[in-house]
Amino acid sequence: MGKYVLRRIVQLIPVLIGITFLSFAMMRIAGSDAITEMYGNKGGVDQAIIDAARADLGLDKPFLTQYFSWLGGMLTGDMGTSYISGRNVFDTFVSKLPATLLLTALSILLTIIISIPLGVLAAVRHDRFTDYLIRFCSFVGNSLPNFFVAMLLMYFLSIKLGWLPVISNGLSLKSAAMPTLTLAIAMSAKYLRQVRATVLEELNKDYVYGAQARGVRGRVTLWKSVMKSSMLTIITLLALSIGSLLGGTAIIESIFMWDGVGKLAVDAITMRDYPIIQAYVVWMAIIYVLVNLITDLLYHAMDPRIRLGVVQD
Amino acid sequence: MSKLLEYDRVEISYNGKPAVQDISVDLAEGEILGIVGESGSGKSTLIKAAMGLLGPAGMVTRGDIWYKGKDLPDLKPAEIRKLCGPDFGMIFQSAGASFCPIRTVGAQLYESVIEHEKITKAEFEDRASEILSKIGFLDPVRVLKSYPFELSGGMQQRVGIASAMLLRPSVLMADEPTSALDVHVQKQVVEEMMLMRKEYGVSIIIVTHNIGVVGAMADNVLVMQKGRAVEYGETDKILNHPETEYTKTLMAAVPRLERGGAKHG
Amino acid sequence: MNKEPTVRVQKLRRDTLKARLIVFGTLAILLLLASVFCEQLCPYDPYAQDLSIAKMAPSAEHVFGTDRYGRDMLSRVIVGAKTSIFSTLLLVAIITVIGTIVGVFAAWVGGWTDTILMRISDLFLAFPGLVFALAVAGVLGGGLHNAIIALAAISWPKFARIARSQTLAQKEMPYFRAAKLAGGSSMKIIVKHVLPNIMGPILVTSMLDIGTMMMELAGLSFLGLGAKPPAAEWGSMISDTRGLLQTAPWLTFAPGLAIFVSVMIFNLLGDTVRDYLDPKMRKGARA
Repeated sequence: MGKYVLRRIVQLIPVLIGITFLSFAMMRIAGSDAITEMYGNKGGVDQAIIDAARADLGLDKPFLTQYFSWLGGMLTGDMGTSYISGRNVFDTFVSKLPATLLLTALSILLTIIISIPLGVLAAVRHDRFTDYLIRFCSFVGNSLPNFFVAMLLMYFLSIKLGWLPVISNGLSLKSAAMPTLTLAIAMSAKYLRQVRATVLEELNKDYVYGAQARGVRGRVTLWKSVMKSSMLTIITLLALSIGSLLGGTAIIESIFMWDGVGKLAVDAITMRDYPIIQAYVVWMAIIYVLVNLITDLLYHAMDPRIRLGVVQD
Repeated sequence: MSKLLEYDRVEISYNGKPAVQDISVDLAEGEILGIVGESGSGKSTLIKAAMGLLGPAGMVTRGDIWYKGKDLPDLKPAEIRKLCGPDFGMIFQSAGASFCPIRTVGAQLYESVIEHEKITKAEFEDRASEILSKIGFLDPVRVLKSYPFELSGGMQQRVGIASAMLLRPSVLMADEPTSALDVHVQKQVVEEMMLMRKEYGVSIIIVTHNIGVVGAMADNVLVMQKGRAVEYGETDKILNHPETEYTKTLMAAVPRLERGGAKHG
Repeated sequence: MNKEPTVRVQKLRRDTLKARLIVFGTLAILLLLASVFCEQLCPYDPYAQDLSIAKMAPSAEHVFGTDRYGRDMLSRVIVGAKTSIFSTLLLVAIITVIGTIVGVFAAWVGGWTDTILMRISDLFLAFPGLVFALAVAGVLGGGLHNAIIALAAISWPKFARIARSQTLAQKEMPYFRAAKLAGGSSMKIIVKHVLPNIMGPILVTSMLDIGTMMMELAGLSFLGLGAKPPAAEWGSMISDTRGLLQTAPWLTFAPGLAIFVSVMIFNLLGDTVRDYLDPKMRKGARA
């Protein structure tokens, strides 16, 4: 196990280098280094001043040198300054991150509460009315874009029923309700299908048949064996869907004015504030990669076949 | 010997298509019945039907399976479940696969025993250990604490026999119990099933495509082809004087095992 | 034997797969026809402004009501179909073709080329969901073309992976060795033998992707990174009218409903085609 953890961490290094390189290169290829951005629109600035400023920021150096010095800054928390506000990007980013993490955590929690019971129920009632109904709902959820779900919730929960504020007013459970619900609906629709498919596959395994032949009640087999076996896959799938959740927060945060990194990024994109976009892309990818790593390690810790070293991963 | 289990003109269908047609066969107390045939001949379907294990697509569409005055296909799922274990014990082609891979064998066996009788964990362990030692395991407690994958194929199969016998059923239903094993382990498994009959007087239905195994164990044999009975009668008679080409082909396909000494007289 | 054997009637489940394929296929074709002939289908001129009838609620004359310039919403939604549906189909076609080419090439050449191409595609898969597309669209600036490029940039690797594994499987087939021994050129073998055999799974994946891509493209437009007003595109129409959610909610609901219905039709069709091509998914007996 210890060896495995180490190997997985070592494997991450090229991925992280790739992610950072791609993000860095993308911004450079877009032909917008810091100077053109700062002086570009002003006109009439002496070329000498521009060159001096370029040298000052190290932008006259070769591409790779620039990349490594940027990467060094990234790792030490120096991500440059925002073109728009002039504030330190890292500080801005860190100050907005908790709001996004809170929203993400709440959405995942709600997704689990909705999807796992319904997914299991649909699998158990396979091809019967309950299953059809649950699948229909998940199908509808899957065909609704999350920003439209946001509009529907706003209209019905705020405007018609007046239960919740239309836009957030700070970090409160009440303002978190609608963005959480929006993200959870979209995520549940996908995740529920995966839970159902996983449990259904497990229910078709020989050991379920074996337990039935030994006279064990279906319910007992479901809770003690099927759920325990499915949990491994269910957790992995949950971690994978966190990816689309992290992407989804950007739109939802800006709709509900939720002051997190997603809204920060969308605002930065509209204003072409590249250091912030860059920080957003890199950090979201790193968070995602880490979540996947943790899930993978958890998976290994839970499966006795791997824990006891019988099966090589 | 009185009739314990009786199939009367049974037809079994999957999704409306008959897989087994017009089978009449019976099993006396202490009898070993062999059912042989190619794969797809419907032989396993017969024992699944008795235990209510046909799945949602399968059904006994005609005929009756009588056991202790009950017509098994007419029982409700909860009623048939109560018979699985205490009345019918099942031995699988791969006993290892009949256990959930991420739970210990002991936990799963205890779970099936407490479905049928009130018993403490300690009592269960004593009883399981007794049968496991009888079948030749030197450290039965360790077997109970093992995960299925920690046991070898042969060990899994022998644990499977012991677990089928845990509740002292009147009939053991063995579905291709030797097909996945090496020849010498096959012999061991056959001998252990014979031992179970000798010790506990259990009746056995053994379903297999290996006519050698049937020759070594069975008192009577039913030969099946494409869902129908081809021959049915005493093992010696059918194996020594097969009436159909089909039976001869089946016999030619497999070398006969030596007849075990444990056969009752 | 005693009495007559009992007869039990088995309830049979009808196989609706073919019927579903026909229904959903027809609906998808109707949707495509509607977007091709959208101009002819519009009851009113979608761009004609008439402030005297601005923000009218849905009525018999204007089924989806009118917007703040008095334009007929139904006509605008119908015209929007062309942009929304065709740009989605274009996007899916692009990622299918690029992904297939990369995947087949990687599997065909093997060795280092394969490793490098697959590492690159893994890299794109390491970015969560829309995050990278947002950044690409942000860097390129808005516009429908850039939104398509941004989404294509993050979506091709999935197809490359499928095409690669399918091609590798084909390389193991006996017919493949025979074709090689017969001395066919690589290109000829790929086009004549490999592609026809791997197209099934790839097409199913593309069909299942249409719905997702349509929603993501609409999402970028909603954020102002895709099609821009006054062009009628469903995502930007929702964004454009959301300020009026309180007073004229139909302006938001009409394009939303259009996205929902289209995505639903494509998803239903994709699922059905997958079930149809994959015999394992067909309802079968556990015999």
